[in-house]
Amino acid sequence: MLSAVIFLPLAAAAGVLLLPRLGGRAATRVWIAAAAADLLLVAVMWVRYEGGIGYETRMRWIPSVGAGYHVGVDGMSLPLIAMTALLFLVCAIYSLRETPRARAYAALFLSLQTVCLGLFAALDLLLFFVFFDLSIVGMYFVIAGWGHGDRLRSALKFFLYTFLGSLALLLGFIGLYLGSDPRTFDMVDLTHAPPFGDAPGTAGLVLLAVGVGLAVKTPTVPFHTWLPPAHTDAPAAGSAVLAGVLLKMGTYGFARIAMPMLPGAWQRHAWVFVVAGVAGVLYGALVALAQNDLKRLIAYTSVNHMGYVVLALGAAGLVAGDARARELAVSGAVTQMVSHGLVTGALFLLTGVLWDRARSYGLGGFGGIAATAPIFTGLTAVAAFASLGLPGLSGFIAEFQIFAGVIGIGTPGAVVAGALSVTGVLITAALLLRMLHRAYLGRPGELTPRVTDVRPEELAAVAPLLLLSLIIGIAPRWLLDMIEPASAAVVSLVGR
Amino acid sequence: MSVLAWLLPGLPVVSGGLLALTGHRVDRAAPTTAVAVAAVTLALAVLAAITRPQSSTTLFAGLRAGPAVDGLSAVMVVTVSTAALAVLVFAAGQIREDRGRFSGLMLLFTGAMLVTVTATDLVLLLMAWEVMGAMSYALIGFRWRDDHRVRSAGIAFVTTRTGDMGLYLAAGCALASAWSLDMAGLAGSARPWRDLIAAGIVAAALGKSAQLPFSFWLSRAMAGPSPVSALLHSATMVAAGAYLLLRAQPLLAATGWAAPLVAWAGALTALLLGAVAVAQSDLKQLLAASTCAQVGFMVLAAGVSSVAGGTAHLVAHAAVKSLLFLCAGAWLTALGTKDLTELHGAARRHRLVGITFAIGALALAGLPPLSLWVTKGSVLSAVAERSPPLYLVSLAAALLAAAYAARAVFAVWRPMDAGTRDGSEQPGTHRVDLLERLPLPVLALVAAAFGAVGPPAVFDAWRRLLGAPSEPGPGGGELLLSGALAIVVVLAVRDRALPAPRVLGEWLYLERAAVAVVWRPLTALARSLARFDDRVVDGAVRSVPRAGMAAARLAKRWGEAGADGAVRAVASGVAGLAALARRPQTGQVHTYFAQAAVGLVLLAVVIALVR
Repeated sequence: MLSAVIFLPLAAAAGVLLLPRLGGRAATRVWIAAAAADLLLVAVMWVRYEGGIGYETRMRWIPSVGAGYHVGVDGMSLPLIAMTALLFLVCAIYSLRETPRARAYAALFLSLQTVCLGLFAALDLLLFFVFFDLSIVGMYFVIAGWGHGDRLRSALKFFLYTFLGSLALLLGFIGLYLGSDPRTFDMVDLTHAPPFGDAPGTAGLVLLAVGVGLAVKTPTVPFHTWLPPAHTDAPAAGSAVLAGVLLKMGTYGFARIAMPMLPGAWQRHAWVFVVAGVAGVLYGALVALAQNDLKRLIAYTSVNHMGYVVLALGAAGLVAGDARARELAVSGAVTQMVSHGLVTGALFLLTGVLWDRARSYGLGGFGGIAATAPIFTGLTAVAAFASLGLPGLSGFIAEFQIFAGVIGIGTPGAVVAGALSVTGVLITAALLLRMLHRAYLGRPGELTPRVTDVRPEELAAVAPLLLLSLIIGIAPRWLLDMIEPASAAVVSLVGR
Repeated sequence: MSVLAWLLPGLPVVSGGLLALTGHRVDRAAPTTAVAVAAVTLALAVLAAITRPQSSTTLFAGLRAGPAVDGLSAVMVVTVSTAALAVLVFAAGQIREDRGRFSGLMLLFTGAMLVTVTATDLVLLLMAWEVMGAMSYALIGFRWRDDHRVRSAGIAFVTTRTGDMGLYLAAGCALASAWSLDMAGLAGSARPWRDLIAAGIVAAALGKSAQLPFSFWLSRAMAGPSPVSALLHSATMVAAGAYLLLRAQPLLAATGWAAPLVAWAGALTALLLGAVAVAQSDLKQLLAASTCAQVGFMVLAAGVSSVAGGTAHLVAHAAVKSLLFLCAGAWLTALGTKDLTELHGAARRHRLVGITFAIGALALAGLPPLSLWVTKGSVLSAVAERSPPLYLVSLAAALLAAAYAARAVFAVWRPMDAGTRDGSEQPGTHRVDLLERLPLPVLALVAAAFGAVGPPAVFDAWRRLLGAPSEPGPGGGELLLSGALAIVVVLAVRDRALPAPRVLGEWLYLERAAVAVVWRPLTALARSLARFDDRVVDGAVRSVPRAGMAAARLAKRWGEAGADGAVRAVASGVAGLAALARRPQTGQVHTYFAQAAVGLVLLAVVIALVR
């Protein structure tokens, strides 16, 4: 069933490309239908999930190096898979209206969906790596083919930078392979018998390679500068997928690979990740505060939000502290991955509306949009408040768990790290309110008359994301019941 | 009756959310709906105050959270619901634009406050606390077309959120201490967690209730419509800070340092912001500064363990201040001004507003036998037992209250004169709607009569209702002294122009200081970090392909030339040798014969030599 979920979009992509008579609009319809079916299947998987590794499939692939087609889901990957399926569906709905070369676009996004779902389901390092690299290739074509502005340059920068990161990751994976006994790329086996238990130096080097590779993708400061141009020049749906799904591959890799497979090294170097997380939180928020371009601003808030995740995962390695607090922090990190996908996805789709109407992201050109586009403004305001962590929306549930968990660990360093990162919430509040004021409220700007209100398909794309954020913000138990066992497992694995 | 604990805040939150979401389509029905919801909420609040429901649920792994109504909460929910109902009735007569959005936000605002005062744990408290802040943002910036209102809303939200950071810290420390977010257990935490929790809670509360140094946001909050001010200054927002400190009084007392700190913060705010209020020339700004000062007495009460006195002051002040803001709002709509000089004679032109305003203002002045005289007296009696210097500061603050209240009441009651002017701020409607008048007498009655809580027997019952430990209650001597002084000050001040130094008129330059000390450096840092990010961090990344291209050019020039040169040299050498090798090939027999002869001779020589 899991493999069907993963490869259904790819099959649909093949169908879209092979049917020669298919028009652009019909292709998008097929895309929507496939994505909706996939989401439905994921929902069924969610309901029927029974704990542990669910829907596992294990087949021979390259037995000579101990790599297999091994997929399965647990409480950490299933929420991300569900979020991915939803985000791709709303991107399809969003693209319903006049996308150039719609057939190729639909096929590209459908294959990208297979890649993203496959990555979160992969339980084999080589399989993970293949999906990791293919996601870069897919996103390269999205930006280069359907972007705007200096799109070729941004796409190239994105590709080369993250590809370089993935090479470091491959180096780390080969290191893990060489350290395993018997030699294997299988993630479950590697987690069961972590390599380099008696070689801390080698384990540190392997963690360095894996860490750099994943840090580029996350992105963690200072490896983040590919992100703003990629976002600025990508089409709205591309930005939404890039921020919502692709960034999570980095943090998911930390929690799925680096922490359980290199527990000793993670514990010894936990402070590196805590510091990198706090740096990302503060640096991302401050740089975002100085942006005048809406998309760059949101891109830097992503750096800030992913900083919380890295902080929480790093803090999970501070084994001197309370294990319950570390579990809370990791639950917060996973919740943040889901929440950020929903909220930032919504924000990028909304900026796409702005570009569609006025061909600009400059905050200075707008003002008083609320007068011409009240629903659009309302949606943006809700998304902005969700992003700044207002209670009642998903961001708070995530960030509160991270702050309370990190501070609750109780060591002086953890308390200081937690207290410093709390100020990130304040800076994001200031910068998002400033954004709302400059573009949406106050006196009308020069470009404001061009901004008409959201169209039905745009509303249908954004509203589900915000609604889900609201539901998680008010009644998060259904999500946390899924996540908490998985985060407890991660914490106990990293505590070995 | 655990359902009631959720239903009480849930009703205004859900209906408010629906009203705010549906927007213009419900504009016509919105005010009625909002008033009906507020009325039902009040009934639920009374029911909750009697039945004391409680409920709890698991929010995060193993951490319980939920609302419960105890004595203090019972008083608060009834106060909040009453104030909300009064203000919504008034607003139904006054707000003419975007009624759906306005009513919805007001109900959400009220609902958030109801959750705040019933939360038994830090996370539910923090959630409601921040939602309340966000609703105040939306309401202050309600008329979003004016840049200055939106800016004021942003300043108010960011300033209060600065304090809110303390609650996040407190929650984390509570977990580190005892793995519980339950507020009742905080006082028993071990050090250093107890101190950190107390520090966080104090910061959050001082921020929310606009105490020093956060007071300036309340001046900014005046940018909202008058009904918003009436609610924000009486039973929500600023009251939430005071409530939290009263609730956390055992914790403050347990730390040893937090209680005196809070007491002094409250007393100094009462004194300094009282002086600021005296110096204002705008009625709403005067009332705003007086709110800071009066809330200062509640904060002071929490610091001196006068929970019953502080709560009584909170309730009485809620009635007084919502009344005064509604009156000011009625005049602003009718006469188009809120300038104290231009309002000369306003009370005579709209008598009911004038009379109720006078009752409220004289209560604010602390005149006997009105409510605030008694409630403030009970706080001051507790202070007198603790610390003489603190008492002197508080008494001086009480005298300033008499002064600013006297200025306001005499300004509106003197006859119309050359200063009177209509419509200087907005066109006046010259009428006060029936709905606007309706809540005024009710609030005035509470403002006048709530002092009935004062007599020892009643006060003792009040104290038991709140579950507060023993405290003195309003002492006879104290009441006599402060009452007499208030009368003297009111008669002495009347509406005489008092010295108004700029520093007081400008709210002690607090906002300017905050901008200069925090905001400007922060934005400057942000800009320089953004430049750093572009030039240094990304510059380093960009330099990688540049270095790669340079290396490629170098390789092209030297490496390529060298390697290719060697290949060419080999080729040309071979070609030269080939040319040489061609030369003997003449095609003539005699040359071949000669070559063969030479070869044979050489061969013979070699053989001879080798042997």
